[in-house]
Amino acid sequence: MSTQKLALEGKNYALDQQKVRYNAFVDKYSPRTSVRSSLLHSFFVGGITCCVAQILHQALQLALPDTTGDIIATYTIMILVFSAIFMTGLGWYDNLGRWGGAGSFLPITGFANAMAASAMEFKTEGLVFGTSVKMFSIVGPVIVNGVVWSSLLGMGHYLIVGLIG
Amino acid sequence: MKISLLHESAVDCSFEKELEEATTKIKHIYNKTRPHKVLYFDNPSYVSGRMSIVSRKEGEGPIGKYFDKIQNDAKYGQKNFELAEINFLQESIWGAIQSANLKISDIDLMLSGDLLNQLTTSNYVARNLGLPFLGVYSACSSMSQALLMGAVMIDGGHANNVVCGVSSHFASAERQFRMPLEYGGQKPPYSQWTVTGAGSTVLSSKDNGGIRIVKGLMGTVVDMGTHDIANMGAAMAPAFLHSLVSFFNETGTNIDDYDLVVSGDLGKLGSDIARTIALEEGIRLGHKYIDCGAIMYNNYQNAYQGGSGCACSATVINGYILPQMLDKKYKKVLYLATGALMSPQSTYQGESIPCISHGVLFEI
Repeated sequence: MSTQKLALEGKNYALDQQKVRYNAFVDKYSPRTSVRSSLLHSFFVGGITCCVAQILHQALQLALPDTTGDIIATYTIMILVFSAIFMTGLGWYDNLGRWGGAGSFLPITGFANAMAASAMEFKTEGLVFGTSVKMFSIVGPVIVNGVVWSSLLGMGHYLIVGLIG
Repeated sequence: MKISLLHESAVDCSFEKELEEATTKIKHIYNKTRPHKVLYFDNPSYVSGRMSIVSRKEGEGPIGKYFDKIQNDAKYGQKNFELAEINFLQESIWGAIQSANLKISDIDLMLSGDLLNQLTTSNYVARNLGLPFLGVYSACSSMSQALLMGAVMIDGGHANNVVCGVSSHFASAERQFRMPLEYGGQKPPYSQWTVTGAGSTVLSSKDNGGIRIVKGLMGTVVDMGTHDIANMGAAMAPAFLHSLVSFFNETGTNIDDYDLVVSGDLGKLGSDIARTIALEEGIRLGHKYIDCGAIMYNNYQNAYQGGSGCACSATVINGYILPQMLDKKYKKVLYLATGALMSPQSTYQGESIPCISHGVLFEI
């Protein structure tokens, strides 16, 4: 193709190559998060969260021997979510998240933090257009994907197991 | 006989002077008519007043003691961060006008910019002050654009006193461009921290023997196809270099002719990239180059690669660089602030980040 034709199409291959070279240079030059330390940090924070949850679970089981395991699990989750939201309100959770990475946002405490943070942030625009609208701005994808994929799996299960079995 | 000789010599002298004046004028006209980026100001504008306010985090940084005021409360006693930012900008503009020994009625024009949608902060400050107002937006390069436009207004004789001010606020910028404040997410190590504060400069046509703006550079939008919204330094470095090289080429000067080149908010990573690529272009920046973002915070302050935002370069220029020029430490300072012109929507739609860098040349 002639250069005139290329120019008419608005394509500048020399500039494109320059961009590719520059981005490769930037990728090489930019500092990366150290994999080892972030793995260690997230293992530590996530592990501690799970241990605390397990201790709570056992303690509740001892304190309320008549209740079933499901109810106890619900209580544990409620306590964890409440403490995460409380820590978000006090402004501690973001420091934990900065240090802990995936260890702090993968458990249910991370979900609670994301919701509480959005709700607090947009409180200035009022309860309806601020908090209520923007509350799910971060956690929305989690809910949408959770509903869609669980529905698909349920349908698959019904079709395969329900009809054949 | 003697008298006539004297007379002749006097005529000769004045003619030579006239010729010289005419040549410089032609030179300016020549420079004004051809396609160009550099503006030459025949009537330079003088910096008569300035003010910089920052919040506590910047005040604890390496150059914290140079700022005119450190406001420890990031909310400024207001109920939200947007109102706080308005207070930051308004106080800096007031302070700059006061330090110029002027009254608010002496100001002919207010040029102001910030990072928020629809220039909310600047518009509300303009409402409160009741001045003729032109909003300026080129992201973090707003201060140099405001100074450039103010100098053009004064050069053209349209204004005698112009106040240029910009502001940014970490909390309001973070909410608009990134995540809520209390969200416990991790930032990549190459991200930057938006400076909370405001900086203002008053430009006057009256010669006060101080710092003057003699040249300006209109930036060109440069896009090298970087997509990472966190890596602003790398996105903006090419725009800075483009402006630097075109300024040197058009004025026929090089780095040795200047005492200092100041870039806006490339951060540590961005300024390293700029140095490396400038060396390939044949410009050894060396100790004659500083980046406002890179000197804003200490390493232990959790600010990653350094400061960003409009206020970053505005506060450093007004608080740190211009006073040092008055102390005769620097005589010619080229100030090239850089701005990344993306929005959250354009980023989510997969567009790359266009960047611009306007510049002004301070002389004393």
